Amino acid sequence: MFRLLNKIHRVGGVSEPLVQESGGLAFEAVGARLREAVGQRFRGSLAIREVDAGSCNGCELEIHALNNVYYSIERYGIHFVASPRHADLLLVTGPVSRHMQAALLSAYVAMPEPKLVLAIGNCGADGGEFGTSYASCGAVQNVIPVDGIIRGCPPTPLALMRGILSLIDRKTPG
Amino acid sequence: MAVRASGQPVRVSQYRLSVAPEEWGRVAEEAAHVGLRWGGLWAEDRDARIELTVVLEQCGIYLMVRTRTTDLAPSVASHTAYYPAAGRFERRLTDLFGITFRGQADSRRWIRHLAWSENEFPLRKAYSLVGHDGAAVRPDSGYPFLEAQGAGVYEIPVGPIHAGIIEPGHFRFQAVGESILNLEVRLGYVHKGIEKTAEGRDPDGLARLAGRVSGDATVAHTWAACMAMERAAGIEVPVRALALRAILAERERISNHLGDIGSICGDVGFAFGQYQFGRLRERCLRLHAELFGHRLAMDTVVPGGVQPDLPTDGAHRLLEDGIELRQELEELNAILSENSSLQDRWCMTGILPTETARMLGVLGYVARASGVDFDLRRDVPYAPYDTLKVRVPIATVGDVAARVRVRQEEIDVALGLIDELVSVLPGGPCRVPWSVPASDAEGLGCVEGWRGEHLAYVRFGPDNTIARYYPRDPSVFNWQALEKLIIGNIVPDFPVCNKSLNGSYSGHDL
Repeated sequence: MFRLLNKIHRVGGVSEPLVQESGGLAFEAVGARLREAVGQRFRGSLAIREVDAGSCNGCELEIHALNNVYYSIERYGIHFVASPRHADLLLVTGPVSRHMQAALLSAYVAMPEPKLVLAIGNCGADGGEFGTSYASCGAVQNVIPVDGIIRGCPPTPLALMRGILSLIDRKTPG
Repeated sequence: MAVRASGQPVRVSQYRLSVAPEEWGRVAEEAAHVGLRWGGLWAEDRDARIELTVVLEQCGIYLMVRTRTTDLAPSVASHTAYYPAAGRFERRLTDLFGITFRGQADSRRWIRHLAWSENEFPLRKAYSLVGHDGAAVRPDSGYPFLEAQGAGVYEIPVGPIHAGIIEPGHFRFQAVGESILNLEVRLGYVHKGIEKTAEGRDPDGLARLAGRVSGDATVAHTWAACMAMERAAGIEVPVRALALRAILAERERISNHLGDIGSICGDVGFAFGQYQFGRLRERCLRLHAELFGHRLAMDTVVPGGVQPDLPTDGAHRLLEDGIELRQELEELNAILSENSSLQDRWCMTGILPTETARMLGVLGYVARASGVDFDLRRDVPYAPYDTLKVRVPIATVGDVAARVRVRQEEIDVALGLIDELVSVLPGGPCRVPWSVPASDAEGLGCVEGWRGEHLAYVRFGPDNTIARYYPRDPSVFNWQALEKLIIGNIVPDFPVCNKSLNGSYSGHDL
């Protein structure tokens, strides 16, 4: 137990300003703006339901990373929920497989209004490497209405944060 | 056909054998008789005649047995009487090609839900890539799950959409009180037509697709696919590229093991472990972004080599990172092993006995934690592992604790391999130009990814195009182990059991 406490003490909190990416906002700066936007427009709490509608799981790894201690996205008032009924925002990774078409639709319908949808990754945007086929509907917008797209294969955690922020800026009244 | 990068031929480790369709059942009988491992099955529509290939392995020697039938909807004997794990492969081929396997105990559909009808077979050549039916697909229904009856017995359906940020699939539990009587895993939700999409691509296009069979194993899948294509084309990959591929594969092993150990801690409420191991995984990914240009190292393995080359300070950075990671893990692993409440949740939970692991042909750390001592890097040494000594950690108990321990040790082994590879990193080019293979040239790529053995079969058609690609992810076998090891465990331990295996849904469904 002593070793455990000692390790906690020495490592401390590592949620930190990230390395500045060239030409863009650093993570902390994005985070601060995000917290402000979530504070104003979602009363401090933005609930996200993530749905993998057919992805290779690469996008899931990076969305998952938003919850690790470096990004710790909860500090900006954003949290992932288990039920679409609790969600303000649906993050959907694609391509939407035809076998997931009905499940994705149900999740979308179950969300309360007003609802926002972000298509994640190149596959969510346009089907990516998989395109449309007998087994794939391709882009998320081929199945449900989409409010924004975050490209990347997969998009990095910072790109995900920026994409969420830009959606809130565009789609919700200030 | 295999040639070591130095120019000396290596021991031939792949053989091919053709049999008549009537002999198909006997192949399994004879193979089981001499104790061969059954490693996968695929089919191909060649001029409206179905060709079937099964891979068998023993002592690092692969045998591809093939039969050419005379029609599009052949009937051959099932292998399930000798190899139960063959069942899902066969059901898949029934759904995708219309092949009948006689004597199969379970003839339910598997990969097919309701996106195409039972009279349509998407992987036949005549079937168009875009399919026939553009209408919205109804939710899957009518799949006859096993049902349990009796006082206090109830059923728990879970999925396809799960509570967390994970891939979709359906789990059907039969339980009494907290105890699980039976679990059926129903997959196929993320079937997106990878094999059909591969047809007609060029080698670079196939490598990109292979890198997205299962995003968490992008290096392993791409390497296996490139190895298959390079074998087909007779291309000799430069020694520097081979060393870099191994570095990428070992880094992929480390980052996935770190993330999973963190999640396995999280699944039993040990937030400290999730915090610390998640932190180490993120550190890894950031170094990958700097050194390889991508956090997951996607698209770094390419036909004929690797791109981009390692930056000049790359070797030094990797060595330095290894030292730091070792120090961190020494501390953390000690904390994990002395935490009795954590070990109480892991020990004797989700036990996969050795004989079950062998019977199901389970692979990777799941097999090794159950005493199945197999690792391609040591037992079928492909370059550059043929010049390295690979220690293979083994445990025998087969519980969650054993799987975690094996993975902790595998990180250590991987760090040692990276040290060796980096310190004698050969110079020279990291990619050679592609040379167009003859039409019909084929190759089998075999790589030990972080999950276990990856196979990739590639056959070229005319003009450098892919005629057939089949990636066999280790998850196909390991998912079947989950159904066995969960019996008798309590429902709340399902997440930790599942994570300790971590099968890929996408790699299974294709």
